[in-house]
Amino acid sequence: MAPPRNRRPGFSRKAQLQIFTGYLLAFTGAFAGLLLLALSHFDPAAFSAVRSLATEVSAPPARLLTGMRVGVQQGWREVSAYFYAGSKNAELQREAERNRIRLIEARALKQENRELRRLLGLIKQEGRPVATARLINSSASSSRRFATLDVGSRQGVQRGQPVRAQRGLIGRVLETGPNTSRVLLLSDAENVVPVRRARDGTVAFSQGRGDGRVDIKLIDIGINPFKVGDVMVTSGNGGIYPPNVPVAIIEKLTGDGAIGKLLANPAATDFVIVQEMYEPELADPAASGLPPANTQAAAPLAAPRRAEPATDAAPETAQTPATTPADPASQPRAEGQQRP
Amino acid sequence: MNAPYRARLNREPSAFRKAAVPIGSVLIGSMTPLLPIVASAPVLPPFGLIVLICWQLLRPGIWPVWAGVPFGMFDDILSGQPVGSAVLLWSIILIALDLIEQRYIWRNYWQDWFIAAIALIFALTGGLAINNFLASDTRFSVLYPQMILAIFLYPLVLRLVARLDHIRLKR
Repeated sequence: MAPPRNRRPGFSRKAQLQIFTGYLLAFTGAFAGLLLLALSHFDPAAFSAVRSLATEVSAPPARLLTGMRVGVQQGWREVSAYFYAGSKNAELQREAERNRIRLIEARALKQENRELRRLLGLIKQEGRPVATARLINSSASSSRRFATLDVGSRQGVQRGQPVRAQRGLIGRVLETGPNTSRVLLLSDAENVVPVRRARDGTVAFSQGRGDGRVDIKLIDIGINPFKVGDVMVTSGNGGIYPPNVPVAIIEKLTGDGAIGKLLANPAATDFVIVQEMYEPELADPAASGLPPANTQAAAPLAAPRRAEPATDAAPETAQTPATTPADPASQPRAEGQQRP
Repeated sequence: MNAPYRARLNREPSAFRKAAVPIGSVLIGSMTPLLPIVASAPVLPPFGLIVLICWQLLRPGIWPVWAGVPFGMFDDILSGQPVGSAVLLWSIILIALDLIEQRYIWRNYWQDWFIAAIALIFALTGGLAINNFLASDTRFSVLYPQMILAIFLYPLVLRLVARLDHIRLKR
């Protein structure tokens, strides 16, 4: 059957008008969609109220289902742990012995670290936990990566706070409702995190790829220093994310960096912690009497600044450049020891 | 308890059921992102859209052409896409399906599947393109699993929708 020449359903004016209005409304609707897109581009928070209402309403059943999911996962893990229980037990005991010794060493190192930091005047600001929560669902059908957290502004969660799991960073809070909040996951393409290599501090930043992995991009383009298996941690630069939180492990090298696998898989985590936003404290070199703990190149710059408050040490500072002019790094160290 | 008297001849399906079953099934399809799945890649096919396409192909003319606007709005609020993207894409898809319906009246099952596949690929690609335009780059290859799942779920969802259609028109 050939399609009819004209689309008129008959001589009924009403039916003809109905079809016409239908098309008119459809095209207007598509155009309205474009306008809405423009609105959500220029004002991303425009629809957050509606969205948070929807998640608030759906949160209680989602919470229940998440509890069931976690229960099933844990139950399965426990059942599978019964296999090889004996050999695993023996192995774990040996490991516990080894770890006990390491723990004592680590405690000593921690103490020493604290002493040194106090000496430097650097206050290590740990992101204090705000709330502990579960991820209850995520935007599993969209190419953006969001997840919903079952705590919100009533529990003290605020926009921009970092979210981490025990194994590493998860993302940051994007929108908050009264009892739920929306998290921008690390694997979202818009989430850029300054990171450094845990081993030697090579600076880079990580950007999500949308598929559960991140691009590790070098800031200093040159020879690619990465190796498969390197662990990247947050550097704390620029605030928001506290330093030294594990982010990713490098899986594959690329031309200008690497591709990393996230250490904290949001799908496998049970509880996550919302932390306070990290604000890097500017260590005032004058207050501690020591230059910032970095390379030698910064030391000559720091020297004149220190001289102003240190009035009692003025004769010594005048003296020391004459004695050791060639070694600027040794000068502040010598003075710092004299001061206390 | 006595059953209420009902005519034995000339029964009509319940008007409420007739209208509510298709609308409800699309809305429930759009609610799948509320399931407790914390995915680190887009894996869940757009169930709302698949159900919508299935109804349109199974019962042409069941939706007015502008039905993409309210359904798209609902889907946008729940899916995490920027609001307006499904309004735009679903409207275009429904207009296209309507034109196809007028032009190609006799189609077989495989052609319907092909049309649905094209529509789904268009919707997923369009969603990614809108995200990339508004935010930053995500690779196209991220979508492959979702596309394959969506295309191969179409026959299953079509069966389900046909079953729902029986319920809808039950007298």
